Amino acid sequence: MTEKTEAMTRERVTGRPRLLIPQTAGFVYCPGCHEPLVARAIAEALEEMGMGDETIGVFDIGCNSFLLGMLDIDSVLTPHGRPPDMATAIKHVYPDNIVFTVQGDGGLLAIGADPLLGVLTRAEKITIMMLNNAVYGTTGGQMAPTSLVGQKTTTTPEGRDAIKSGFPIHAAEMIATFKGTAYSARGAVNNPYNYERTREYIKVAFGKQMSKAGFSFIEILVACPPNWHLSPIDSLKWMEEKMIPEFPLGEFKNVDKIE
Amino acid sequence: MSKRVALEASFATAEAARMADVDVVAAYPITPQTHVPERLAEMVANGELKAAYIPVESEHSAMSACLGAAAVGARTFTATAGQGLELMHEVVYVASSMRYPVVMAICNRALSAPLSVWCDHSDAMAVRDTGWIQVFCQNNQEAFDMTLWAFRVGEDPKVLFPVMIHFDGFTLSHVTEPMILPEQSEVDTFLPKFQYPFALNPDKPMTHGAFGLPEIYSETKIAQEVAFRKSKDVAIQGFKEFGDIFGRYYHLVESYRTEDAKTLLLTMGSFTETAKIVIDRKRDNGEMVGLVSLRLWRPFPFEEFRQAVKNAETLIVFDRCISSGGPGGPVSSEVRAALYDEKEKPRVVSFIGGLGGRDMSLSDFEYVIERGNEIAEKGSEELFETVGVRGKVTGIRG
Repeated sequence: MTEKTEAMTRERVTGRPRLLIPQTAGFVYCPGCHEPLVARAIAEALEEMGMGDETIGVFDIGCNSFLLGMLDIDSVLTPHGRPPDMATAIKHVYPDNIVFTVQGDGGLLAIGADPLLGVLTRAEKITIMMLNNAVYGTTGGQMAPTSLVGQKTTTTPEGRDAIKSGFPIHAAEMIATFKGTAYSARGAVNNPYNYERTREYIKVAFGKQMSKAGFSFIEILVACPPNWHLSPIDSLKWMEEKMIPEFPLGEFKNVDKIE
Repeated sequence: MSKRVALEASFATAEAARMADVDVVAAYPITPQTHVPERLAEMVANGELKAAYIPVESEHSAMSACLGAAAVGARTFTATAGQGLELMHEVVYVASSMRYPVVMAICNRALSAPLSVWCDHSDAMAVRDTGWIQVFCQNNQEAFDMTLWAFRVGEDPKVLFPVMIHFDGFTLSHVTEPMILPEQSEVDTFLPKFQYPFALNPDKPMTHGAFGLPEIYSETKIAQEVAFRKSKDVAIQGFKEFGDIFGRYYHLVESYRTEDAKTLLLTMGSFTETAKIVIDRKRDNGEMVGLVSLRLWRPFPFEEFRQAVKNAETLIVFDRCISSGGPGGPVSSEVRAALYDEKEKPRVVSFIGGLGGRDMSLSDFEYVIERGNEIAEKGSEELFETVGVRGKVTGIRG
């Protein structure tokens, strides 16, 4: 079966959102990576809301950079960690459009922690989507702020030692504590149920922009089989058994008006 | 006994940092530097190296943490590349101005945009004036050797300046080559224990990096500049001591088959070894060409450079960086300035190529030499010509 007919079969079974650019040659994601599913969830959410032509995506350096090539929307790549700043400026120029960022846990919580804090302090009406895979994925699996205690990474070869290098950050819970936050949730795309739920979170978050309620945030757990040194199937198991207990799924804040 | 091993430049520089017994490593991963901190983190984890490994959250913080370590007299090492070096730019100046002999390996990488993780020298040239001693490496052995030498020179009480070791990203950082690892006892003979004379010490309180009002700022900077230029003498002495112990003698400016050469090619970094093959071929054909390579980039080795090129008629400079809107490649403009007041000097011809990881093959170097000679003979209205770039533009006019 050629690549083309394979793609057509897939399309018949599930339907491909118009905003999702078909990927054939040059597909860069590793086997078992969840990030392309996030692209699909964003595309479906925007299409269901009818906002595909009204949305601007701001992407960070990292594996998520390649999502930019999967979504048929206006998009821009920023220096590492700076999407919140760039998205803020775009939102101020186009206050009626949906402006969202996609960033890794390193891009948002390490090198980009100060732009995040600025956005939270000013309660910017943008959406940040953070893909949490518990490592620095693109650079080869070093310890990230979200690495679990005991997790082996290339910079913690004996496992993350809490005494030496602390504990994972719980971004969704932390961001929910900011007054200017209208919405904060954590989802995953490891099974169809979680995928559907995450897509709904994305729609709610974008809705907070349309109603000008406040800042919205979604953390999405994604598997990174090569850097976890697990097969795609074992990665799903690790996510269920280790990652979700550490990073529980759900909504941590959902308000229509900030008072 | 020293031993022959196979290492990539990233691991070579990490081995040197280990043998130098560094106290603190603070780094943030960035392609193509990642193997350096990964290897050091592994050494700390398995006890090969007794040091604090700090996995900071950005390059800005990496260099800031290095300042903290150096302020209390710790031997300090870090590594970065491209965008990372740009993000730490502010702190790069502070390290040299506060006279902290931090050693930093740079796996040279192009700068955004478009995003590129591959090699050119834009990152190095952007930190040219930051007051760090800077050397370029031609191969992985040099990445090891220069790292050891960097601690020796930077920490010398007559110097006390930070040192950057540039080696080409991927071309060297990720390519395994045979090299010699020395004995620890040889390293210990070469490199004394670090004794920072101005380390912060609660028993003898002092202030580092205080406010510099207009009444004192200029004097401070000029004093720094005088000391910085004098560090060249220690750099030379360091190379001599290194050669005496390890048997490999290095020079501020390296010359290859330059005897009676009418035309000289000037390269930096890993280009140099490729260029040597072309020089050999041309020499075999009876052409009088030679190669000059700048090892020490800062402080610029004016005397040694003028000496190396004084008998040539044509000097072809091959830059791996654009000085946007400027007088040509950054190296060629420096070289022209260094020769400007000389009575007898070669005609300088400028080429730019190898940007963002574009490979330059032997035929590209042959082209550069042949076209360079042609320009020297017939003249050109262009400030510099490009090598291997598709499209109609082959050169840029002023």
